Amino acid sequence: MLRRLYHQQPESFAFTPANLEWAKGQIEKYPEGRQASAVIPLLWRGQEQEGWVTRPMIEAIAQMLDMAPIRVLEVASFYFMFQMAPVGSVAHVQVCGTTSCMICGAEDLIGVCKEKIAKAPHALSADGKFSWEEVECLGACANAPMVQIGKDYYEDLTAEKFAWILDELAAGRVPTPGPQNGRFASEPLGGLTSLTALKKTHDANASVALATALGETIKRIDGSEPTATDLMRGTHRAKSPAPVPKKATKKARATGAGESDAELRDAETKGRPETGAVVGSKPRLLKKPRKGGADDLKKISGVGPKLEGLLLELGVFHYDQIAAWTADEIAWVDEHLKFRGRIERDDWVAQAAKLARGEDA
Amino acid sequence: MSELRKIIIDDREVEVDPRLTLLQACEEAGVEIPRFCYHERLSIAGNCRMCLVEVVGGPPKPAASCAMQVKDLRPGPEGAPPVIRTNTPMVKKAREGVMEFLLINHPLDCPICDQGGECDLQDQAMAYGVDFSRFREPKRSATDLALGPLVETHMTRCISCTRCVRFMTEVAGVPEMGQVGRGEDSEITSYETATLGTEMGASGPDLVVATLKAGLSSELQGNIVDLCPVGALTNKPYAFTARPWELRKFQSIDVMDALGSNTRVDVRGREVMRILPRNHDGVNEEWLADRSRYVWDGLRRQRLDRPYVRRNGKLKPASWSEAFAAIAASVKAAGGDIAAVAGDLVSVEPLWALKKLVNALGSERHDCRQDGARLVPGNRSAYVGNAAVADIDGSDAILVVGSNPRDEAPVLNARIRKAWLAGAEVAVIGEPVDLSFETHHLGSGPDALTGESRRKIVDYMKGRNAPLIVLGQGALARDDGAAILGHVMALADEVGAKLLILHTAAARVGAMDVGFTHPGGVAGALEGAKVIFNLGADEIEIADGPFVIYQGHHGDRGAHRADVILPGAAWTEQPGTYVNTEGRVQIANRAGFPPGDAREDWAILRALSAELGATLPFDTLDALRRDLYAAHPHFAAVDTIAPSAWQPVEAGKIAARPFRNPISDHFLTNPVTRASEVMAECSRLAAERRSKALAAE
Repeated sequence: MLRRLYHQQPESFAFTPANLEWAKGQIEKYPEGRQASAVIPLLWRGQEQEGWVTRPMIEAIAQMLDMAPIRVLEVASFYFMFQMAPVGSVAHVQVCGTTSCMICGAEDLIGVCKEKIAKAPHALSADGKFSWEEVECLGACANAPMVQIGKDYYEDLTAEKFAWILDELAAGRVPTPGPQNGRFASEPLGGLTSLTALKKTHDANASVALATALGETIKRIDGSEPTATDLMRGTHRAKSPAPVPKKATKKARATGAGESDAELRDAETKGRPETGAVVGSKPRLLKKPRKGGADDLKKISGVGPKLEGLLLELGVFHYDQIAAWTADEIAWVDEHLKFRGRIERDDWVAQAAKLARGEDA
Repeated sequence: MSELRKIIIDDREVEVDPRLTLLQACEEAGVEIPRFCYHERLSIAGNCRMCLVEVVGGPPKPAASCAMQVKDLRPGPEGAPPVIRTNTPMVKKAREGVMEFLLINHPLDCPICDQGGECDLQDQAMAYGVDFSRFREPKRSATDLALGPLVETHMTRCISCTRCVRFMTEVAGVPEMGQVGRGEDSEITSYETATLGTEMGASGPDLVVATLKAGLSSELQGNIVDLCPVGALTNKPYAFTARPWELRKFQSIDVMDALGSNTRVDVRGREVMRILPRNHDGVNEEWLADRSRYVWDGLRRQRLDRPYVRRNGKLKPASWSEAFAAIAASVKAAGGDIAAVAGDLVSVEPLWALKKLVNALGSERHDCRQDGARLVPGNRSAYVGNAAVADIDGSDAILVVGSNPRDEAPVLNARIRKAWLAGAEVAVIGEPVDLSFETHHLGSGPDALTGESRRKIVDYMKGRNAPLIVLGQGALARDDGAAILGHVMALADEVGAKLLILHTAAARVGAMDVGFTHPGGVAGALEGAKVIFNLGADEIEIADGPFVIYQGHHGDRGAHRADVILPGAAWTEQPGTYVNTEGRVQIANRAGFPPGDAREDWAILRALSAELGATLPFDTLDALRRDLYAAHPHFAAVDTIAPSAWQPVEAGKIAARPFRNPISDHFLTNPVTRASEVMAECSRLAAERRSKALAAE
């Protein structure tokens, strides 16, 4: 496919203040002189904001990263994920056309696209609301045929169902992503044969749950959106309410729908029983160390001088205190000291137990 | 130098530096490896796959020899040296396969392709390819690029070796080209071409790049034509005019700048058809500036092809004897009151002849420093310095004073850029210029060489391994030039730096070497002279009054002021010795003959000397050179730099006036460039580019 700059370009491009802030954060990830490494994240954020990669965007990003514009264009034109032509104002539909989906009816879906959107891929529909393209395997073969609309997957489609989804989107509603034939995930079509106690709702499908919670399926990202981390912590203060009411989710997992790596990691830290302002239960804390003085908490792998300071301030002075933490208490400490799952990742409890027994961690 | 390593290439045992690539090692062993993307002076891309060889004991597939180093080879069993084979069935099949793929989309238009006859793809298809193709599908085609007046493109022929992209980015330092798209649809393009037809509004973030439609902006872009292994990038002014096998090739020296780039002049009949660089590691490596490469159309225009004599205020065509008679009459009337001035393109031989002639007529008034540079006659270390051009490579701190090497010697600037890429720091005193790489600006005038600022410079350069100072004519062509030179030499002494004087005139060092100087400079030499002999000096105004004889090859400023014009030969039309800015003696051979009645310069002077009753003591060029070598033996040592004893000049009083760089228009510096249409177009585009850049600010 010929990927060149589109002939009609907008006048200018600027990141929204929040996105600019985010972009600066991305650039800071890389050592001095290596800012160019941030070109893909920045292009991607630009595309999330504008819908497609424009020439002013390429030049603005080139300037931000101190690169020649041609170097940015090389990257943008190489990766198929970057849209080089304008996309629909409501949504860009990516139909999977690879083997499983093709066998299960992707061609019918493409037929719907041709009929309801535009004859050719990468062309706008008459009302400018939609555009479509056929893409390579999106990795949801168990739920073929499927399409990706905006950030989320609509799976187990038929031509009729797909046409209905497009109509709903055109009417300003966002149908719930995920399987559309009554399945909640990729379980057998005839119903569950094992783990039958599992609740059969979309909430049990983590990616759908997150999608509904975030409600950003087809939203242009301006930086004000809640992230998965925000949702779980309940810390997000959006300037404008998100289109879908926020709902606390259990065991939410990110779908890779645009969060940065760091946020993804956060989303994957598990074990928090509930979200909201108060997480977990408070462990037993001391006002001051016992007679023998505080233990050297730095011996726990993962605790440095800074974390040790935080722990001491909180009232944790001894190995046996940490060794006694329950899962709830771990969540509480994690939340209070913003450890981001460090306690479990490094298994402080087991380490502390060993140290308390006088062994090496 | 690390220890040599023994490897076996096609049963031949060789010892090579382990840092070499397999391809280079094979070359050392005398085995030719075909290649398209690999180039010694560019980074390694490894994308054409033509250089595949078999590494015995390695993975069971051919290895790209350009991208693998000797040190990466594993030894054979029991420590036997690693074995590489280039003549096995595996290698043969691999080459045939690669060649078949390369030819899939390559058009079979060799009969109308300018590269035909000197095409790497053509040659290697003959040597390593097969005579058939299994590709029956439609070939792809690609749109041509807008690269400006110098480089013509036929992008359908491109095999995506990316040599041009790498050259523009690495050597020229102007990253304007790139490879966009992917797979079947990837194309080499320039950003300007890629954005053609995608106008943005005036509020676009980067208007300079956005709205420019002038092609590539590098002053070294012509080199991508040489680098292109196929006919995708060709020489635009030369397009469709000649075939390589029709051309006679002559080794010459470039005179457009003082670097003395080694060139090859290609001639058909008596016309120069094109100029190409020759490799000389000590001077130009294998690059050539556009100004030197594309100036040849200036050799066909505005030529002086017969003598002229001014009668009743108008220059009228005349015969040689009439012209000589007019000169003889005025010289006789002048007594000894004659002076001579020499231009920037003149070779050493006519300078020597003219100097002897003027001296024989009883005058010592001759000078070559048209720009008024305060070069110190007789002190070679002060007008050549003690650094060679090649010293730039190993330098780790370079100070450029009063010069814009990008304008004055673009290839030298590329060399400084190379040092910068290798980690050298570059500082500039003078106009803040964009040298295509990062520089520290330490001051704009000579006052930066004194006081506090001088201490800073000393701190910056002291303790470096190989500091180097490049002193340009912007610092020397002013009243306090000699004093500035003294300051710079003192600075060089203090920090242990080598000094390179960057000249702008190809003739300058040679003229200084033969002593074509006068204590008062050009102005002093000409003052009050009744007869002035002007040998190709077109950059000065000669006041009304004296009788002026102009000997040169182009009807430019000097000819307009002349009372008698003697048509001479340009540098491609006569053998001549030039001394470049580092003091290297080089000889340009004759590639063609001067037009009409024009003659070689030294022969005109010899004939004139007989007419004036002061016959010069040589009848042939060889005799002239013998005479010259007797007086100045270093001219006999061609392609060497005669060492010059370091004699510091007095660091006198300096003015605070900031330095002005000597070249205002890169493309119009001498009569030949001013006669060239291509140079005029380049100059126009460059001016447009500058005004656009200004407007954007």
